Amino acid sequence: MRVAVLATIIRPEEKLLLAALQAQGLQVDVILDRDLNFDVNADAEQASPSGAPWNAYDLVLERCVSTSRGLYALALLNAWGVRTLNSYATAATCADKLLTTLALARAGVPQPAARLAFTPESAMLAIEQIGYPVVLKPVTGSWGRLLAKVNDAETAEAIIEHRQTLGDYNHHLYYVQDYIEKGGRDIRAFVVGERTICAIYRTSAHWITNTARGGQASNCPVTPELDELCQRAAQAVGGGVLALDVFESADGLLVNEINHTMEFRNSSAPTGVDIAGEVAHYVVRVARAEVSA
Amino acid sequence: MIITPTAACPECEADVLIPANAVQNELIACPDCGVELEIISLEPLTLDLAPQVEEDWGE
Repeated sequence: MRVAVLATIIRPEEKLLLAALQAQGLQVDVILDRDLNFDVNADAEQASPSGAPWNAYDLVLERCVSTSRGLYALALLNAWGVRTLNSYATAATCADKLLTTLALARAGVPQPAARLAFTPESAMLAIEQIGYPVVLKPVTGSWGRLLAKVNDAETAEAIIEHRQTLGDYNHHLYYVQDYIEKGGRDIRAFVVGERTICAIYRTSAHWITNTARGGQASNCPVTPELDELCQRAAQAVGGGVLALDVFESADGLLVNEINHTMEFRNSSAPTGVDIAGEVAHYVVRVARAEVSA
Repeated sequence: MIITPTAACPECEADVLIPANAVQNELIACPDCGVELEIISLEPLTLDLAPQVEEDWGE
């Protein structure tokens, strides 16, 4: 069985995954997104940068740190019938906070209140309808970049003016989310296929708890409640290999975001779960078409 | 005696220790200047500055 790992660069996660995939007995090729050069009008018989045709791969594991490169590569590969993890449909939903919110809402998965507006005036109205404090987020983005906790109208007006003046059109899409008081931590839960394999608490004195921003990881037991919520949320966005950010609110667990090319370098040690090994095992099952992703 | 391979940082010329299990295209950091480096090749050992983080990078 032959798989390709599509990557921007080999980070600790990709290094762990390569070792785990090889331990499964798979032939593994690394393909860098900088080398991609697709003939869009052709099909999967064209040569990949490894020299092998794309259809020589039983599965392509997309691990690009560049979201846009990963998405377009998945779109082409899936259109040509190449099996990927995650699928383009799942990745495209997760890469966009509005589409994620919509998918979760349609599935009845609890999440923070959110509104979308397109102008400064309607954004102010959206903020006031949710009520302070709120969080303003770019609809696409990661690592906690350009998140703004907005406590009052003066701050809201200033941030909106900055986004209108300094940002491109992406920053004129105002995704407004209710600020959830989460007690200094949130939960990052890892779903692989039909299982929630482990979870961590991310604890920080800062309201942004991403480990990329200094949040500290510790084990979070996967309770039946958390497992059930994560399964519903993962299925709502199409399923696959996913990392879910969950808030513990006064009203219960809320799903905040879902990541489709998850980072996990800080999560195997506190949980004791071999996350790369779990993903590799799932890759084999999907590649054999034992399960669909 | 095990000799740990090293290569010069292309930014500051410090000696950078290469992990024994290093792989091609792996991201490492220079211990002196902190710049992110990419192992372009293991044979011969070649380092270059890693790609810079772009706006769409993330999970």
